Amino acid sequence: MSACPDQELLLHALADGELDAGNALALEAHVAGCAGCAAELAAIREVKARLAATFAGYPASASLRASLDAAIAAETAPPAPRRRVGAGTWVMGGATGALAASLALLAFIPTGASLESQLVDAQARSLEAQHLVDVATSDRHTVKPWFNGKIDFAPPVVDLAPQGFPLVGGRLDRVDGRRAAALVFRRHAHVINLFVWPADAPAGATLEHRAGYSLVRWGHAGLTYWAVSDVDAGDLLAFQKAFAEATR
Amino acid sequence: MSGRLLPFRRGPARAPLRSAGPVRATAAAPAAGAADAARFGALIGPHIDAAYSLARYLARDAAVAEDIAQEALLKAFRNLGALQGLPKPWLLAIVRNAYFDWRRRGDDHIVTGPAAEVALAEAPDDGHVSAEAGLIRQGDVAALRAAIEAIPEPFREALVLRDLEELSYREVADVTGAPIGTVMSRLARARRMLAERMGVLEAQAVGAKP
Repeated sequence: MSACPDQELLLHALADGELDAGNALALEAHVAGCAGCAAELAAIREVKARLAATFAGYPASASLRASLDAAIAAETAPPAPRRRVGAGTWVMGGATGALAASLALLAFIPTGASLESQLVDAQARSLEAQHLVDVATSDRHTVKPWFNGKIDFAPPVVDLAPQGFPLVGGRLDRVDGRRAAALVFRRHAHVINLFVWPADAPAGATLEHRAGYSLVRWGHAGLTYWAVSDVDAGDLLAFQKAFAEATR
Repeated sequence: MSGRLLPFRRGPARAPLRSAGPVRATAAAPAAGAADAARFGALIGPHIDAAYSLARYLARDAAVAEDIAQEALLKAFRNLGALQGLPKPWLLAIVRNAYFDWRRRGDDHIVTGPAAEVALAEAPDDGHVSAEAGLIRQGDVAALRAAIEAIPEPFREALVLRDLEELSYREVADVTGAPIGTVMSRLARARRMLAERMGVLEAQAVGAKP
């Protein structure tokens, strides 16, 4: 059983949503009466579904992001006084590229790394080690009790699938020397880590960019929240809004 | 600034693979400022994973992919002013060029260039992946990655751009400099190979030309 040779590429285009309405209708009518093409279309859809379910992309490593940061910092030169750039990098105005690069290398020894760079590292780590979640479930009633006894506070857990941010699970992480809850959400092929720990912070959301990631910070009811992701900034702010509304 | 900086090759003719490429760092790029870094973060930041992933699937080597991705991302930073249209296909075209630059610079045991690609593309369709490789279990990321990496290059690239990076056919054609029809047939062959490995289609039933 196989597809009609003249239809095969069009079947892929149909499955990919690349046909206009007229051609899609015509092809669907053909598929309805052609077992070979129907089987081929089903197989194409199955392959696509499995590719979507098991995302096979490779995330960029933390070291790639860090060296990119350093290189950009080195190019973002001229005469500025000592200026903080990137993940804890110090760049000297007027330094040569080579000097700046070697300084950047030194600066990445993680002493006194800023909170933001720690969070970015934690995000990158979670993707690299395939240790995204300790408890993998979209059921918030499973995630929430899982944190009991592991941390001394209770992060609110919500599934934001209806808003386009399905809950993937939860994980314990360490930020600034203390335990933090990390809630993991997805946005299409991207991961959003939401770090939560007890500390007061302003309620308004603040957005910043670091090493190719966006970070949004806010506070609520004695907890500090940091959402970290490589989704675009608009999406991350939408996530913040959805989470804040769902936990108000 | 000239047409060389435009990332997309348009027009019916298939652009030679080893053309000068869409993006070259200009020799004396003006010093970038913090605003450029912020713009880079906002436009390109969301696609850093995609850049590395494409480099990885092209080079099939983690260290080489890091170099290629780093070089491409820096070029993107330096040439951000030339960005027209969507950042993701633009960036991926730069990654692809950086990969071909690397290949050209490097090992001469790797056949490069248009002739090689045409030869691959026109090669007889021995589309089956060896049976002893076994089927991919659902959810097995490593096996799926290995299966994708086993797909010959022009087909693998089309699959990665379309099914992992979710580019449209038009965008895949722009990034790879191939006509849309070529993109479609490469994608179909790549998926067919994967379907066999997934056990979605029986090996005999697909790929084999009567």
